[in-house]
Amino acid sequence: MIEVKGLRKSFTLGKRRKTRTVEAVRGVDLSVAEGEIFGFLGPNGAGKTTTARILCTLLDPDDGDAVIAGADLRKDPAGVRARVGYVPQGGTTTDEVTAREELVLQARMHGIHKAEAVERTEKALAAFELTEFADRQCRTYSGGQRRRVDIAMGIIHEPKVLFLDEPTTGLDPQSRAHLWDEVRRLRDGGMTVFLTTHYLEEADALCDRIAIIDHGEIVALGTPTELKHGVAGDVVTVGLNGAAPRAAELLDGRDYVRKLEIAPEGLRLYVDDGTTAMPQIMRALDGGEITFDTVELHRPSLDDVFLIKTGRSLRDK
Amino acid sequence: MKFLRDTWLVYQRQMLLVWRTPARLVIGFVQPIAYLVLFAPLLKQALAPTGAQTYADAYRIYVPGLLVVLVLLSGFFAGFGLLAELRSGVIERSRVTPVNRVALILGRAFSEVTTLMGQAVVITLVALPFGLTVHIGWLLLAYVMLALMALMACALSYAMAMLIPSPAALGPLINSVSQPLSLLSGVLLPLTLAPGWLVTIAEWNPIYWTTNGTRALFTGNPGDSAVWIGMIVVVALAALTVTWATRMFARQVR
Repeated sequence: MIEVKGLRKSFTLGKRRKTRTVEAVRGVDLSVAEGEIFGFLGPNGAGKTTTARILCTLLDPDDGDAVIAGADLRKDPAGVRARVGYVPQGGTTTDEVTAREELVLQARMHGIHKAEAVERTEKALAAFELTEFADRQCRTYSGGQRRRVDIAMGIIHEPKVLFLDEPTTGLDPQSRAHLWDEVRRLRDGGMTVFLTTHYLEEADALCDRIAIIDHGEIVALGTPTELKHGVAGDVVTVGLNGAAPRAAELLDGRDYVRKLEIAPEGLRLYVDDGTTAMPQIMRALDGGEITFDTVELHRPSLDDVFLIKTGRSLRDK
Repeated sequence: MKFLRDTWLVYQRQMLLVWRTPARLVIGFVQPIAYLVLFAPLLKQALAPTGAQTYADAYRIYVPGLLVVLVLLSGFFAGFGLLAELRSGVIERSRVTPVNRVALILGRAFSEVTTLMGQAVVITLVALPFGLTVHIGWLLLAYVMLALMALMACALSYAMAMLIPSPAALGPLINSVSQPLSLLSGVLLPLTLAPGWLVTIAEWNPIYWTTNGTRALFTGNPGDSAVWIGMIVVVALAALTVTWATRMFARQVR
């Protein structure tokens, strides 16, 4: 549905003599399948928005090619526009107009005639649970309601691909969960969704596949599970109350333990799969008559993936 | 056809916004009406050397100038609105649709012109009780001239806003253009009172001709050469600035 090859974009910042060139996107290749939610995860300034804007025809790439829903980005930008919906960061609803007015206008901007625009608006309002306050001005909406109007505008012309730029930034956890459900519903209806985010939870919970982008380059690409398994196994930490050296001796060399080390909080065991290793560890300790206080399982997160690929944590930002 | 439809679409939307924010309209009125009520009464005496005998005469000279100031200065500020909309993403949203690019800016300009002309009509009506009398045909022609001036000012402002997309820098630029333009056009007092060298400079200012033309129409002299010169000047300027602004806009937003 989206094929991108060697996409590049740089910006010149500053004035006259003090200019510097920032390479925002440095050779991005990716391929998004029909009907998947594809997440672009990265810190602010990584090139996520720039990539999304290029793919929506808002920016010209310096180099590279892309085909979106069968339309060539360079040769047929109008074709791309007709096939994609774009919801910019922060949304675009205007305080003084109502959701209904916004939706009808957006539909008509797409060249849909009035009666049809009104009909589609009605459907979109119902689908996004907006009918109740469709005739109230947007200023009275909550952040989550506004974002739903934004997404409804993005899909009013029934695009093949929907681009969402940081769709849940600034939303409370409940609205965020609600919005995730909406996005899943669109995917289940056959739409391809390309979203950018700097939230690990969002990438993990919502996206079918993720590309991690840093400094304009994709550093990792795959399903959340693949990515997490790719970097490291799980870590089981057992609190042993001084018996750590004895336990280490007992567990060292077992086939389900990849590596172990004695840490201040107890014994740290690196295993492939925590859920199967944990009962085995506990049985072994029981058999050796070693008592333990706590057992903790830590599974690698996307942040661990990010840390290993870039040397920085996404969370610290 | 699509171009006209799209322009109409954008125009309707902008008019809706104007309608929903009446505060902006009211603020636009305050200054001209203050001038009309608190400044214009001084003019009967002041304008006596130009042949004004009565308050009606004074208002016929002053009101057109006031309207020129209104459409020019308010029109020049249209660029700020455009910048705000460019920043808010409203225009970006339209850009990912096949909507005509020129319609995006023309619809906006026409809505500004409509708003300004609405204000001009109200100010004219307010001036009537003070003794302003004007021939309806010439008044309508004067409105056409004013509307073209408003369009020109908006377009110029849009073009400047795209040249200098920072509100902080745009303000001084607009002031430095609009101040001399309006002072050198005799909007407050006709330049017939001015020394010869000032008139010589003013004759190079296109707004001088349009102001004089509007004034001639208000004072019932449609045959005055300033009317047709002013009309040609303002049509040419409006065409020029609109072309410039739409080109800049189309290049910037594609």
